Amino acid sequence: MILDGKCPTGPIEKSWDKHRFEMKLVNPANKRKFKVIIVGTGLAGGAAAATMGELGYNVEAYCYQDSTRRAHSIAAQGGINAAKNYHNDGDSVFRLFYDTIKGGDFRAREADVWRLAQVSNNIIDQCVAQGVPFAREYSGLLANRSFGGAQVSRTFYARGQTGQQLLLGAYQALARQAKAGTVKLRPRTEMLDLVVVDGVAKGITFRNLVTGEIETSWGDAVVLATGGYVNVFYLSTNAMGCSVTAAWKASRKGAFMANPCYTQIHPTCIPQSGDHQSKLTLMSESLRNDGRCWVPKRKEDCEKAPADIADEDRDYYLERKYPSFGNLAPRDIASRAAKEQCDDDRGVGPGKRGVYLDYKSAIDRVGEDTIRERYGNLFDMYEKITDENAYKQPMRIYPAPHYSMGGLWVDYNCMSNIPGLFVLGEANFSVHGANRLGASALMQGLADGYFVIPYTIGNYLATVKPGEVKDDHPEFKKSVEEVQGRIDKLMSINGKRSVSSFHRELGKIMWNNVGMARSEASLKEALKLIPELRAEFWQNLKVTGDKNQRNGQLEDAGRVADFLEFAEVMTTDALHREESCGGHFRVEHQTDDGEAMRDDEKFCYVAAWEYKGEGKAPELHKEPLKFENVKLAVRSYK
Amino acid sequence: MNLTLYVWRQNGPEDKGKLEQYEAKNVSPDSSFLEMLDEVNQELIEHGVEPIEFDNDCREGICGTCGCVVNGIPHGPQEKTTACQLHMRQFKDGDSLTLEPWRAKAFPVIKDLAVDRTALDKIIQAGGYTSAYTGEVGEANQTLISKPDADYAMDAAECIGCGACVAACPNGSAMLFTSAKVAQLAVLPQGQIEAAERVKNMTEAMLNAGFGNCTNHYECQAACPKGVSVKFIAKLNREYIKALPK
Repeated sequence: MILDGKCPTGPIEKSWDKHRFEMKLVNPANKRKFKVIIVGTGLAGGAAAATMGELGYNVEAYCYQDSTRRAHSIAAQGGINAAKNYHNDGDSVFRLFYDTIKGGDFRAREADVWRLAQVSNNIIDQCVAQGVPFAREYSGLLANRSFGGAQVSRTFYARGQTGQQLLLGAYQALARQAKAGTVKLRPRTEMLDLVVVDGVAKGITFRNLVTGEIETSWGDAVVLATGGYVNVFYLSTNAMGCSVTAAWKASRKGAFMANPCYTQIHPTCIPQSGDHQSKLTLMSESLRNDGRCWVPKRKEDCEKAPADIADEDRDYYLERKYPSFGNLAPRDIASRAAKEQCDDDRGVGPGKRGVYLDYKSAIDRVGEDTIRERYGNLFDMYEKITDENAYKQPMRIYPAPHYSMGGLWVDYNCMSNIPGLFVLGEANFSVHGANRLGASALMQGLADGYFVIPYTIGNYLATVKPGEVKDDHPEFKKSVEEVQGRIDKLMSINGKRSVSSFHRELGKIMWNNVGMARSEASLKEALKLIPELRAEFWQNLKVTGDKNQRNGQLEDAGRVADFLEFAEVMTTDALHREESCGGHFRVEHQTDDGEAMRDDEKFCYVAAWEYKGEGKAPELHKEPLKFENVKLAVRSYK
Repeated sequence: MNLTLYVWRQNGPEDKGKLEQYEAKNVSPDSSFLEMLDEVNQELIEHGVEPIEFDNDCREGICGTCGCVVNGIPHGPQEKTTACQLHMRQFKDGDSLTLEPWRAKAFPVIKDLAVDRTALDKIIQAGGYTSAYTGEVGEANQTLISKPDADYAMDAAECIGCGACVAACPNGSAMLFTSAKVAQLAVLPQGQIEAAERVKNMTEAMLNAGFGNCTNHYECQAACPKGVSVKFIAKLNREYIKALPK
């Protein structure tokens, strides 16, 4: 099937305004008759729930956390982009649009990215009105900084806690609606099925994580804002509870999974210290504004203390390879460069999987106090984890799985191929192409939640009769039985291995075979190993405790079971995409100096995969990508 | 290193609960406190014992989900550190650790070390926001905010809503939590219009949720993993008096 993104036609500068005007509206008096289910309360889901509540829809907001203030958007440190051009340094909506398209290695839709760049300015205005304490200059004006992959200062920030402050802004707006009664909050619940009636999304089935009860809820539309899937690698920068489950359940019900092989490996994370490790910690990319990445030029120097290695014996590899972007090269490029140095046996620290990020020259230039002001909390965090003082010695960093550019397929209205099912934020695939630039995730989450879905959902709801299907429909009963059946199966295997041992093993397979560098052989091996591990999972899993109660083991078991299915689609996608682009690097497709080599002739499309049943190969559907405003070019940061 | 744990086990809110003894063996000093608990749980699962339930999510010290009382101190002995960022090198081989949930009337125990903190959300719902609708709200730089005010607001906004302040307070008060939001919004021009209503409503919601009042023990500040200062409680009191009928 050839998919249609339903993008507006005509000049791109007018596309969103024109589309907004052409969309249908719902009469204000009728809005409260429509019930909208929102799953996930991060930036996208929280902003969407608050805004739709304000508009008068009858909203229910679900999250697995104990409060709607805790989703993993909170962990974003560095900042949020907007094309304000406050610094007169040549920024504009077009430049933000261009940078995002190019940064994504020409694998995103132009119209969606344009809209994102256009509303970026509204987001900053909105957050300031909410009382988000952005950093300020002494003049009282908002402060900006530059950020990985951009040559202009367009990033707004709140110390090293920008995600937290933006999320609290959305959380507070949502709290206001909860009090007003327009939004009903359902924390500590996990969506375990999408209910589809006659091909249309009409509700969800979920587990109450406190009582274990399986409940359903009907909705005239279902919005998933459930984040990304890089916990498929087990060790990642995601929160422990982040999973593909909600998106995967939708996929099993017919929603297409788009570009699942596009995963972002973030360059500035703290290297793994041992097997006990449960997650990897990211340190903001802003660190690269003042830090310089290096490794020893000679292998034999790797064991030496960094201070004992003279400047001429250090290889500042990013500055060497990419003189114009240097240490600010985009994430995919910086990560791969770090891996190259370690593969060349010049890595540092335990297992020699690390590179230095050095502040000495910045401290000499601007003083330790200024560096402390800029990055103090990150240096503190680094010290807590590694017991090393980064003011005195360089940090050690190594890339880690961080973000998924791929996700459920959506059209320009953020609606999936299942009518009534909308997908926002990291959970959809739409704007980051094959690589996301720094400070763009927060921008997309809030753009989708505050300024896109409130319009586009109206266009859909205007065609629907409110409350036409409720949860007395037989599909809901069927869904509950399926969910209950799967839980009973998980509880009854009674094997020998814990959930986390399976998750670790899956993570190892994915990291080694479908990680930063992928080859036909490694991918084919993964496609053999994943089903084997899945088969063992269903025979040898041990889940303790009671299903009718809070049970963390059972929650994790369900999530890992879904990862074990999803991993196969992700690998299949990586195998089929015989080119390198952004975060997807196929070793067979590289230039002589090791840069990613795209194949625009064959692969300038979105790959959307349709689930065909357990053990069956998914079916590929394509949405061709057209570039009318940006010329397809080799992405160079040299 | 090897440690002995005494862990509060409580099978649901109605259960009486009791301390159980477990051994944590071969713990790496580089592992985090929660990773140590993960390993203890692995061992329990292998022996068919239900693992210890505890809330956690980001494991980066920012989401505010985790937390338990370690040897009488919320989030454990290291200053300004959440339980997930506490590392085992803070302890010695042979140490005994007693782990308990947050104990406060307003935080019923769900299971073991996990408690229900919905009461904190209720306080925010009572007024911890500006009533700005999403839409055209005016250009961001039209309202200047001095750097000291912006920094003050950010100091207050550091709160992660973990509830350690409540667990540390002999009165089970949520005053530090409430004051942080009151102060953040009271110092910013965007929040000043509603300041009087906000402080009244939030304080009332705090009392209604079963939290105690502040009697200046400063235990909250000592326990706060983000170092939120008690000066915000003074600010809350000032805002409260300003809001009284003249």
